[in-house]
Amino acid sequence: MSPLLEANDLVRVYAGRKGLFGKAVPVRAVDGVSLRVNRGETLGIVGESGSGKSTLGRLLLGVDPAQGGTVQFDGQQLPEAGTQAWRALRARMQMVYQDPLAALDRRLTIATQIREPLDIHRVGTPEQREARVAELMRAVGLRPDQAGRYPHELSGGQRQRVVIARALATDPDLLVCDEPVSALDVSIQAQVVNLLRELQGDGRLSMVFISHDLKVVRNLCDRVAVMYLGRIVEEGPSEELFANPQHPYTQALISSVPEPGRALDSRVILQGEPPNPARRPSGCAFHPRCARATDICRGQVPDLIPVAPGQTAACHHVTGARATRAA
Amino acid sequence: MIRFVSLRLLRALVTILAVMTFAFVVLRMSGDPAEVLLGPDVPQNVIDAFRKQWGLDAPLWQQYLSYLGAIFSGDFGLSMRDRSPAIDLVMERIPATLQLTIPALLLKLGIGIPAGIYAALHRDSALDRGVIFLAILGFTIPSFVMGLVLVLIFAVTLGVLPSGGIGTWQHAILPAITISIGGIGILARFSRSAMIEVLGQPYIRTASAKGVKWRDVVRGHALPNAAVPIVTIVGFMVGSLIAGAVVVETIFSWPGIGRLLIVSVSNRDLAVVQCILLLIAAVMVVSNLVVDLLYGWLDPRLRAQPAH
Amino acid sequence: MTFANPSETPTRRRGVLRAATSVPPAVGFGMLWLALMVLCALFANWVRPYDITQMDLSARLSPPGTPGHWLGTDELGRDVLSRLIQSVRVSLVIAFGATIISAVFGTTLGFLAAQFRGVVEHFVVMLADFQAALPFLIMSLAVLAFFGSSMWLLVCLMGFYGWERYARIARGLAISAGAQGYAAAVVQLGATPRRVYLHHILPNVASTLIVSMTLTFPEIILMESGLSFLGLGVQPPETSLGNMVGFGREYLTTAPWIMLGPAVVIMLTTLSISLVGDWLRDKLDPTIR
Repeated sequence: MSPLLEANDLVRVYAGRKGLFGKAVPVRAVDGVSLRVNRGETLGIVGESGSGKSTLGRLLLGVDPAQGGTVQFDGQQLPEAGTQAWRALRARMQMVYQDPLAALDRRLTIATQIREPLDIHRVGTPEQREARVAELMRAVGLRPDQAGRYPHELSGGQRQRVVIARALATDPDLLVCDEPVSALDVSIQAQVVNLLRELQGDGRLSMVFISHDLKVVRNLCDRVAVMYLGRIVEEGPSEELFANPQHPYTQALISSVPEPGRALDSRVILQGEPPNPARRPSGCAFHPRCARATDICRGQVPDLIPVAPGQTAACHHVTGARATRAA
Repeated sequence: MIRFVSLRLLRALVTILAVMTFAFVVLRMSGDPAEVLLGPDVPQNVIDAFRKQWGLDAPLWQQYLSYLGAIFSGDFGLSMRDRSPAIDLVMERIPATLQLTIPALLLKLGIGIPAGIYAALHRDSALDRGVIFLAILGFTIPSFVMGLVLVLIFAVTLGVLPSGGIGTWQHAILPAITISIGGIGILARFSRSAMIEVLGQPYIRTASAKGVKWRDVVRGHALPNAAVPIVTIVGFMVGSLIAGAVVVETIFSWPGIGRLLIVSVSNRDLAVVQCILLLIAAVMVVSNLVVDLLYGWLDPRLRAQPAH
Repeated sequence: MTFANPSETPTRRRGVLRAATSVPPAVGFGMLWLALMVLCALFANWVRPYDITQMDLSARLSPPGTPGHWLGTDELGRDVLSRLIQSVRVSLVIAFGATIISAVFGTTLGFLAAQFRGVVEHFVVMLADFQAALPFLIMSLAVLAFFGSSMWLLVCLMGFYGWERYARIARGLAISAGAQGYAAAVVQLGATPRRVYLHHILPNVASTLIVSMTLTFPEIILMESGLSFLGLGVQPPETSLGNMVGFGREYLTTAPWIMLGPAVVIMLTTLSISLVGDWLRDKLDPTIR
């Protein structure tokens, strides 16, 4: 079966500006990313802020135009944003935002907002829409008496449920979640993560889950792609990737998550400046912070090569054979 | 910085061109000046000759081009009434207008800004409320009402000041006060809110928390920062030095630009009206330009923004 | 023209509550006066004792207090009170119509600028520059003098006053709603721009726009009465507040009541709107000046 979503060599360049009146410097926020999302699968995209993961999410939905590369949804090229065809496709691909309060219209009740996609796409009769709203609210764990509430009258977790319910209203095939829990209190995060797990349950919904929180990603995702400065540096099945990371960056990220029973001093600490997309280092973008960097890393951009079944990594020091975990 | 200045200059030029086009379109499209000036019972050949003489027989776009060309070479045309150059007629009126508007501007600055700052420093006191009320009153009274009331009191009832005309310095007192009232109100209110906003900033609280004397906090931190927004309003007032006295000059029969404009408009004297419109727009555009540049200089943050 | 992005107003609800409980006396007076003026305008035909052109040559220039003519008569023996009531109606209708036009025009331009950016935005900025370069009174003077004055032209012309204020607010709020906020989310749901602007952005900016209308409204009244005073606004036999002051000016020494009545009405009306508007602004939306 063909993948639900397939992206090839996506490029998104912003015109950044250096200094007040300096020349415009192109910032390659997303730089040649290819990925696929199979039906019923959840793909995690992880990376630090500035790695281009949110931009990638918007490219996958066709919200922002890509300067290069293609996105195919269900075997079809994604139509241009703002066209009738693009709008119609929204019924099949939806988004969940980082800040639910900002994503909701503070003047409308939550029932009206959950209903809105149905009104936009003219799904069913008014009675059916009412019924669907009640069903959705139940599904995301909102009480029926909250239907008439306004967004500011709800808690952060409840708001995010509203956003999720709205995104699910038209029964989409794909949900792109852009940091859906990072603005929430830790105690509430679990509720939303559990809700998303339930949604995965029947295997019909595909998800792209963008986050910098590795624990959540590990918990939710079937496959994971690690981004660094606009490129995917490693990709693979969630279990293998977390158990046996190949790229030094992935290793550093994973070891930065505190784990009970592991001594803190065995962590690989990331050194040097955090990545700045406006000043992309030559060669492998990670080399200034990499303990294993050599001359070839400074000069040549590494390609993604298979390192294990289903797992790829872009590092000059990782060979096709399964390498041992390096310090 | 060069980018900012050149963009701003380009906008100023486009604006001037837009005003020139506006003046041309409104004035040429609205009626036939030949008929207006010569009257209805003039033989056709006289009208034709008149049109030929003033270039009114050429196609409109040709008139437009020659109009633009003439202006850029400094030729604003001849007044249709007495055949003297329009620019001369306009220029000789400028001093009279400035005799009213400059003292008025000084009054606005000298009363409006201190009143506003005083009110801000004594926020919610009875004096503050008084200043706010008078300020609102100041700019809600139309200048023609204000002028007539002043005439009624000081010229008609008390008989201490002349009710109109130009001559001694006493003649300028009532018109100058009339012009300044609205501006005083606007400036007082604006300086008050600018000052209140600045006083609420963290750096003011920090400075006074550090133990800096309140006087010095106000002088050293609050006033310079409040000055930035006030400059905009003052710039606008400087820009309207020429144009801001139309109504008041009419009330007080003051022979300035405003009176000339009203008279020329009622006589349909195209060249003079065009010339006045362009002069007013030029002064406005230049002062707005200066304010923008000054603003960029006073507040470096603004230079980083795109130019609008 | 500087486009600022007014920030959100979290204290809004509290403001409304407080607003309902305490109304300063000056604002209360303003509200009463405005209510009186609106009633005057609505029922002018029933309220005014005489027709505005009805002359009583035997009672010319009667002072206020004359039985039958409580505010006196003018040089042609026309009842000042009747003319005043009619003037209130005419001036309010013009100012109201013009305020609506200006708000619709400005908001539309602001939304267009936010939606299309680029060329449209430059065009709007150019229009605003133009308006800033030519004082409105001067521009109106030129247009009215050369096209002649009619009620319609006057309303439309006044409708160009103050549009840039709405454009700035509408554009700023639309952009901030569109960048990350609810508008972007609704676009992502598949809504047409029309739905986004009319169902979502417009209701959200409405209170800010209405408050700015209270700024424009008195300014338009002043502008119209200024033009009418100069003889270029409302033309006789119709009458407006400015036009009454203009004609009454010639009798300043002998019959000051002709001009004082309308002058006081103009003052009180603009003052009331400013007081009420200021108060509303403080309570509802402190982000605009």
